Amino acid sequence: MASDLTPHPVTRPNPFDPPLELGRYRETEPIRRMAYPDGHAGWLITSHELARAMLSDGRFSARSEFKRPPVSRPGADPFYGAPALPGWLVDMDAPEHTRIRQQLAGKFTARRMRDLRPRLDVVIDDLLSTMARKGPPVDLVELFALPVPSIMICEILGVPYEKRAEFQQNSETLFSLRVTADEASAAMDRLYELLRVLSGPGGDRDGLLAMLAEDGTLDREEIAGVGVLLLTAGHESTSSSLALSTFALLSHPDQLAKLTADPGLIDNAVEELMRYLSVFHFGVPRTPLEDVEFGGHLLRAGESITVSLPAANRDPAWFADHPDRLDIERRSTGHMAFGYGIHQCLGQNLVRMELRAALPALFRRFPGLALAVPSDEVPLSSDMSVYGVHRLPVTW
Amino acid sequence: MRVDVDVDLCIGSGQCALTVPEIFDQDDDGVVLLLATTAPPELHDEVRDAASRCPVRAITPTDR
Ligand code: SF4
Repeated sequence: MASDLTPHPVTRPNPFDPPLELGRYRETEPIRRMAYPDGHAGWLITSHELARAMLSDGRFSARSEFKRPPVSRPGADPFYGAPALPGWLVDMDAPEHTRIRQQLAGKFTARRMRDLRPRLDVVIDDLLSTMARKGPPVDLVELFALPVPSIMICEILGVPYEKRAEFQQNSETLFSLRVTADEASAAMDRLYELLRVLSGPGGDRDGLLAMLAEDGTLDREEIAGVGVLLLTAGHESTSSSLALSTFALLSHPDQLAKLTADPGLIDNAVEELMRYLSVFHFGVPRTPLEDVEFGGHLLRAGESITVSLPAANRDPAWFADHPDRLDIERRSTGHMAFGYGIHQCLGQNLVRMELRAALPALFRRFPGLALAVPSDEVPLSSDMSVYGVHRLPVTW
Repeated sequence: MRVDVDVDLCIGSGQCALTVPEIFDQDDDGVVLLLATTAPPELHDEVRDAASRCPVRAITPTDR
C-alpha cells in the first residue's frame, strides 16, 4: 500500500511521548514518504534498525546543501540548501568533517570529563545554594538547568561568563521556530562576531578556543564557527535534557523513589532518561548523493530523509518490554538520543556527566521537590528544534 | 576473544572506553586505544556491547 503523503507529525499526546503517528508509522511503514513544508516529497525513518543503518552509511550525506527542514521553520531557511558555515561540522561529510572533529575529540574524552567533575560539583553546589536562598517557588530552568551546562561549556571553551546573556539571547533566537529568516541570520552573524572576538588575541588563554587558535590547524572563521556550534549545542540540548529529566522524574514518583533509594542507579537512569525523552525531536536529516536501494525502496539522489530519533528510541524491536514506559532499571544501551554514525554528539560524555551529577544533587538538597504548578501548565518548548520546557516552576 | 579496532574510522566518541574501561581507552586526541587485544571470557558480553555501541563500527570482536 502506498503511504499517504503526510507531513512530519508535531502534536504530542503528553509532555513526554513523541507524536503517536510516529509509532504507527514505525509499525506499518518504518520508511515512508513524507511531505516536506516546501512541497518536496521525501522520506521519514522511524525504526531503530533503519535509523542505525542509515546514520552509519557513508552514502547518505549530512551536507546542508541538501537539507530541507522537516517542519516549517522560517528562521532556519537561510541555513538549509546553502553550504556549511565555516566550522559547522554537523553540516559536513568526511573528510571535511573528520578534519575538524579530530581537533575536538580529544577535548571531550571520558578522562577529560572526569577531570572536570570536581569543578562541576562546585558549580552545582553553588547554584543549589542560591536556589535555597531565593526560596520557593523558583524557575528551575533559570536557576539550575540552564546555568549548569552554560557555566561548564563557557569554561571549557574559554568564554567569559559575563558574555553569557548576550550569547544566550542570540542562541534562543536561532533555535526558535517562530523567528523570521532575517532575524535568525542576524542572530547567527552576531554569534560569529562574538566568537571571532573571543577566539582572537583578547580571549581567555586557557580555553579550547585559544588552544585551537594556537594549534593553527583551523582558521579563525572555523574556530568561531566551532565555538558557536559548541556553545549553542551545549546550552540548548543539555539544559533541555536536565529540565525535562527533572520534570519526568517528578511526574514518575515511583521511578524517583527508586533512584533516591539506590543512588547507584543514576548512570543507568540517565541513559534511560535520554532514550525516553529524546530531546532532538524532529530527528536528523540525511540525503543520498546517488540513487540508493534502502529498506526496500529506491531513494533518489538529492531526496530529503528525516531520521526520527524519538521514534527509533521507542522501538520495541530494540527496547523490549514497553519502551513507552520510563524504567530507570531498563537496559537502554543502543539508544540514539545522541545520534549515531560519524556525527554522533561530540559532547555526549559531558552531558552524561552533568546529568549524573546534577540530578542526584538536586534531589538530595531538596528531597521534597515538587512542581509548583499543575503539570499541564508547564510551558513546553515544542516550538523549538530542541524539545524541552521553557520554565519549570518548582517548590519544596 | 580477539579485539580489533580501526583507528582510521574512530571519531573519538568514547563509547568503548565508557563501556569496557578494562579494554578500551582514548589517547589525548580522543582516538581509541586498545589496552588489551584479547578479552577474557567475563568481558565478552561487554566487548560485544561496546562494538555495537560504537557509532562508526570501528570495533571488531572475533571469537576463537
Ligand atoms: S566507540 Fe568507536 S568511535 Fe568511539 S572512541 Fe571507541 S572506537 Fe572510537
